Amino acid sequence: MNILEQIITSFVASAGFGIIFNAPKESLIKCGLTGMFGWIVYITMANNEFDTVFATLAASFVVAVTSTIFSRIYKTPMIIFSVAGIIPLVPGGMAYDAMRNFVENDYNTAVSLAAKAFMISGAIAIGLVFSEVINQVIRQSKLTVKK
Amino acid sequence: MENKEAYTYYVMDICLLAGQIMLQSGAETYRVEDTMTRIASSYGIEKTHSYVTPTGIIFSAEESGSAKTKLVRISDRTTDLKKVTIVNDISRRISSGTVGVEEALLLLRDVDKSSIPFSAALQITAAAIASGCFLIMFDGNWHDFLPSMLAGGFGLFCLIFFHKLVPVKFFAEFLAALAIGSLSFFFVQTGLGEELDKIIIGSVMPLVPGLLITNAVRDLMAGHLVSGLSKGAEAFLTAFAIGSGIAVVLTLF
Repeated sequence: MNILEQIITSFVASAGFGIIFNAPKESLIKCGLTGMFGWIVYITMANNEFDTVFATLAASFVVAVTSTIFSRIYKTPMIIFSVAGIIPLVPGGMAYDAMRNFVENDYNTAVSLAAKAFMISGAIAIGLVFSEVINQVIRQSKLTVKK
Repeated sequence: MENKEAYTYYVMDICLLAGQIMLQSGAETYRVEDTMTRIASSYGIEKTHSYVTPTGIIFSAEESGSAKTKLVRISDRTTDLKKVTIVNDISRRISSGTVGVEEALLLLRDVDKSSIPFSAALQITAAAIASGCFLIMFDGNWHDFLPSMLAGGFGLFCLIFFHKLVPVKFFAEFLAALAIGSLSFFFVQTGLGEELDKIIIGSVMPLVPGLLITNAVRDLMAGHLVSGLSKGAEAFLTAFAIGSGIAVVLTLF
């Protein structure tokens, strides 16, 4: 698998999602960058024998941190960047495989795939939560320093 | 006294309009509440309470005398992150004291009337390109790039078209997924595409409820349990609609 190919396609796909979600024109490149960073983390970890759930967790954390930084710099809501960034991590392929096995009456495989897809969705959520918590801790410590 | 009452209602109108635009465009619940409270306090109304759910806003301002309460029903929600940004910006300017009461209402009315920044054709093109890119990201080969692009673009076109035709969102998503599945199957049958699975997965991605998932998580974390759960339910229903659309295709062929 060519890593350059992955970098370019993830950038274009995330920026494309910025357009679908009507993000402001000037933020499209940043949407693309956010998605690209997340996907690079995910793909390198998944290629190096890490578990997909853990790779998704790390990638969604990176997406959330990147979008928080962008939102601080450009004084815009954070969701503009994070929404486009997490789309590539959504376990669409796994959910599809689960659905196909359900249809083919292979319930054992289907349920295990569905459970895995559910775990990955949970990992996306936890990655977002982690970054939010760290963000708030930093903000609070700043406030106490100022006082 | 009467003047003061009129002023309070005027400020409440501004707050509610700002909240309504943000909620309809897909902002998180806590941001909507935060914006409304900030605008009210910068116009001199300190004690306010707001209760925001995805389907309505209740806003109440306490003044000397009785409290005043207003309710706004939100019936349709779209995704327009640009409006969220603009309203956020206006609220920042109000907080810094550079925008007067009349000007604020005019600015917000302008935002409310403004149309979406990207045309449907551009969005469909973006969805098509994104679908092609997803195919490559999910390990597909370049041979399937064009079929995936066509199926993905056609999918979003169907979603927009059916959503205008039938107001039920989940049914439109179901039909769009059905269209994507059938078109991908057609491509593989005619030899234009090779791997049916990869093409379907790539072209279904533009329908994925990414904004809902993110907002549901953020709302739950901020303690807005009702909004978080209902957005989670909406995301789940969307995923279910897409899944059953694809399942129908897989069963038929």
